[in-house]
Amino acid sequence: MAKVGRLRMGRGRLARKYKLQWALLLMTVPWFLYRLLFSYVPLIGWYIAFSDYRPRIGMSPWQQIMQSDFVGLQNFRMLLDTDTVMGQRFIQSVINTFGQAILTQIVGFIAAITLSLMLHEVRVNGLKKVIQNILYLPHFLSWVIVASLASLALALPVSGGIINEFLLWTRIIREPIHFLANPSYFWGIVAGTHLWRNLGWNTIIYLAAMTAVDPNLYEAASIDGANRYRKMWHITLACIRPTIVMLLIMNTGWLLTSGFEIQWFLGSGVNIARAENIDIFILRYGIQMQNFGIATAAGIMRTFVSITLLSIVNFISGRLGGERLF
Amino acid sequence: MKKNKNKEQNKMPRKSIQWEPIIFHTINFTLLIGLCIIMIYPMLNQLAIALNDGLDAIRGGIRLWPREFTLENFRAVFATHTIVDAFFMSVYRTVITVILNIIITFMLAYALSRREFVLRKVITIVFVLTMYFDPGLIPHFLLMQSLGMVNTFHIYWVPNLIGAFNLIIMRTYIRGISESYIESARLDGAGEFRICWQVIMPLCKPVIATVALFVAVGSWNAWFDNFIFNAGTQRLAVLQFELMRLLAAATGVGQAGQGHAAQAAAAAAGVAQVTPLTIRAAITVVAAVPILMVYPFLQKYFVSGVQLGGVKE
Repeated sequence: MAKVGRLRMGRGRLARKYKLQWALLLMTVPWFLYRLLFSYVPLIGWYIAFSDYRPRIGMSPWQQIMQSDFVGLQNFRMLLDTDTVMGQRFIQSVINTFGQAILTQIVGFIAAITLSLMLHEVRVNGLKKVIQNILYLPHFLSWVIVASLASLALALPVSGGIINEFLLWTRIIREPIHFLANPSYFWGIVAGTHLWRNLGWNTIIYLAAMTAVDPNLYEAASIDGANRYRKMWHITLACIRPTIVMLLIMNTGWLLTSGFEIQWFLGSGVNIARAENIDIFILRYGIQMQNFGIATAAGIMRTFVSITLLSIVNFISGRLGGERLF
Repeated sequence: MKKNKNKEQNKMPRKSIQWEPIIFHTINFTLLIGLCIIMIYPMLNQLAIALNDGLDAIRGGIRLWPREFTLENFRAVFATHTIVDAFFMSVYRTVITVILNIIITFMLAYALSRREFVLRKVITIVFVLTMYFDPGLIPHFLLMQSLGMVNTFHIYWVPNLIGAFNLIIMRTYIRGISESYIESARLDGAGEFRICWQVIMPLCKPVIATVALFVAVGSWNAWFDNFIFNAGTQRLAVLQFELMRLLAAATGVGQAGQGHAAQAAAAAAGVAQVTPLTIRAAITVVAAVPILMVYPFLQKYFVSGVQLGGVKE
């Protein structure tokens, strides 16, 4: 009896709470439904990956999905079958995505921390601001523009390729390098363009963490005779470790994403072996050739691998007593 | 006597330490300036090419200053209807997206910042999950198709009304505002809507500026939605899409269609002096300048915005 009474009271209180908060509900529920429609309803479309979906004219997408036959894991099997051309291409695109992303992240990570340390040492505040604002600037350019600038910069000296010109001028190389014609440079190009666009931007969060370090620690270290570099290592970097670990965990969620525009515009028949990543594969093979089932299957695999990687790293970090994202 | 003292000082190992800060700061500063040059050179170079005579530019070697100065390229760009229309389409989509996005994100962020709100957790999780959970291009396309939004203007703003990252930034900021504002407003008899718009919103100008900048940049720089959903309707082409076409024509990405805007621009100019290289540079400048112009006004806000986004939860 008492149990029932308490339950009823609880329900009554909750109902009253909802009633009192009608304004807050009115502010949120429509947008909650909006989010469900645009981010979660499309998950129904994942059925395409398990069917022999073919676009048919004069039918709504829903009818098309209902009318296609269930084929189980056939699409996934085809993607992972290295005996076929498509399977090889997909596996290569996964390797390329992973290679490009990991190179981008490692280079970007080391460079951003080094740059943050360098900026942190600049004591003249006005000067620091000016330098920072110049360094943040490329982040606001679109990827189309970045790709355009990169294609110019990487060209041969005849076409105004400034990188080649510089390398020739400093005598680092004797012959101009065909950056875009040689597939072995492509991962580096992806990492380099990301570095150019995002380096300054990525220092924001590290610099914020560095300014929060207690100044007394530096003073104490100076008294103990620590030099500049020991202070950088043992105080600055040690104090911002939680931030570094957090960002590393978050970035593992992006190890199967390596951008789109650089590969799309600078990739060509010559360097496709290293340029094509999963996004390009999905667009070229899935959409332009109308293999919708294959393309959806590739997307699903990517999402699952990303979330699994993120969870594993998050779990390990938590186990080791470090930071956790969730 | 004096000489002796000097000698003694020279023998002391500490003497070199005085030099260390000077050497360090010189090297540090030189490297930073070098980096700034790397960041800014490609942009200034584009400007120089855009202001240079077309045929002369093909010879190469233009660095920071045009060799044969001309405004012909910009005249050609602004004489081309497709590019001018695309510019205004970009402005239009950016303005609409920013206004609606700010209103909706702010309202949502306010409600989610109220700790007593019953659906707070559920709604927050649903939004945060979208940062990592991507349904994929084809399911997304089919949804837009069934909503009848393909080849319409709506594709530019309807799917972009709320961003999870911006929502978190705003919510974190609102949480930092003292409860007492809300309590005293409530005692005065203000309802939730009133508190949200008339009490809290004026206190949130910095974070609103930040989010507005992020949304504006994202919207202005977007081309992929145009490419996937609206490529068949010239009337709906945005500036970045036109630039993309030019670039695709120049780098030989076959599927993206020919760079007919460049040819049209060259034809409109009626002269051979305008080549795709200089036209591309001129359009790049036109596409980059609006963002770079608002940048100085908003830069004091976005740094704190990014920091707010780093707050855990």
